[in-house]
Amino acid sequence: MSTLSLTSAFSLLLKRDLVLAYRRRSELINPMLFFVLVTAMFPLGIGNDPKLIEAVGPGVVWVAALLASLLSLDSMFRSDFEDGSLEQFMLSAHPVSILVLAKILAHWLVTGLPLFIVAPLLAVLLNIPASAIPTLMLTLILGTPVLSLIGSVGVALTVGLRRGGVILSLLVLPLYVPVLIFGTDAVKTAIIGIPTTAQISILGAMLVGSLVLAPMATAASLRISLS
Amino acid sequence: MATFEAKSLACIRDDRMLFEGLDFTINPGQALVLEGRNGSGKTSLLRILCGIRLPEAGDLLWEGEDIFQLGPEFHEHIAYLGHKDGSKLDLTPLENLRIAKGLGKARQDIDLEEALEQVGLYGFEDVPTRNLSAGQQRRLAIARLLVTDAKLWILDEPFTSLDRKGIEHMERLFEGHLNKGGMAAMTTHHRIGFKDEIELVRINLSDR
Repeated sequence: MSTLSLTSAFSLLLKRDLVLAYRRRSELINPMLFFVLVTAMFPLGIGNDPKLIEAVGPGVVWVAALLASLLSLDSMFRSDFEDGSLEQFMLSAHPVSILVLAKILAHWLVTGLPLFIVAPLLAVLLNIPASAIPTLMLTLILGTPVLSLIGSVGVALTVGLRRGGVILSLLVLPLYVPVLIFGTDAVKTAIIGIPTTAQISILGAMLVGSLVLAPMATAASLRISLS
Repeated sequence: MATFEAKSLACIRDDRMLFEGLDFTINPGQALVLEGRNGSGKTSLLRILCGIRLPEAGDLLWEGEDIFQLGPEFHEHIAYLGHKDGSKLDLTPLENLRIAKGLGKARQDIDLEEALEQVGLYGFEDVPTRNLSAGQQRRLAIARLLVTDAKLWILDEPFTSLDRKGIEHMERLFEGHLNKGGMAAMTTHHRIGFKDEIELVRINLSDR
């Protein structure tokens, strides 16, 4: 297979998933709505102490982003598994890991990117100082793709199970923890005014690492789930 | 010459031996027809043939090379029609076919509308697949076979939900594929009405 047809297969699949997401856009809103609601509820629950809200702010944004991402994971392969499309992907003339990468990218574009876009608004709500907002955005744009990539392995392993939801959370959440730690720590450090290069670099390294490894692991997991 | 060869295949499912020591060869122009009771392993065998499922023992050779070694290089030669159609209900037939074509090795001498016309879906290009009847959805799945350059068609009950005329029509399509030097492996509960000159390799999994 030539590289040209591989790239066209990649973009074809990416476009397909985006069109499908657009045609079911009511489902698409869910993760973002969850993200906004959870973060908006926190100040109401904690009370109106600005210091306290500022202290928990970065953690709240990140935990909400993480749970929103977890919530949306199941939809990554579910419908393709149920209608047989997944079998067709496995039998494609192209490497499955590349096709999987297209699906993960599409999934991140519809579930991860919206979180990134509404985040500044929520940061203001949680009293995160304006000077730290760029750092928050940076951690989210580096971190949420990692969540989608790691999550894809978990979904691929559990897609064949009838009630895989709990196992999926147990499987994926521990792997999300490093992203959460470095994500919140970067924002907290930025609030104090200390450079955050170290945390950002680690998040970047996680992104590169999972970008290389996750599609292969997901392809292998899907093969196991289907056989 | 492209041939597909199985050597002493075995399949175990839920601790039950479905078959073992299964040998056969499919040559160009031939069709393998699997028969057997429900649960005798027909679908499992077809899934093994396309490489989705691993056999417990035995080898599968495409032109003498192991299909699990070949991977995608083998997959460009096959088209699989399973129990599930593999079409997206939210997409139109045309969009579904475009994806099928992109995933496989695209056939150049046929365009997507032509493929739809050949399975009797002319005029339904832009209707959401969800709105098609079960038989029409099956026809769309069959159209998928036509848009790639696959030599070996692996068909699991291809005639499900089709009306009698539709079945005859699809049989002519399959014959056309075999006459061009294609191969097929299929199961069906329907009595196959291929013309006599088509060579069938029959295997009954229940008698073994």
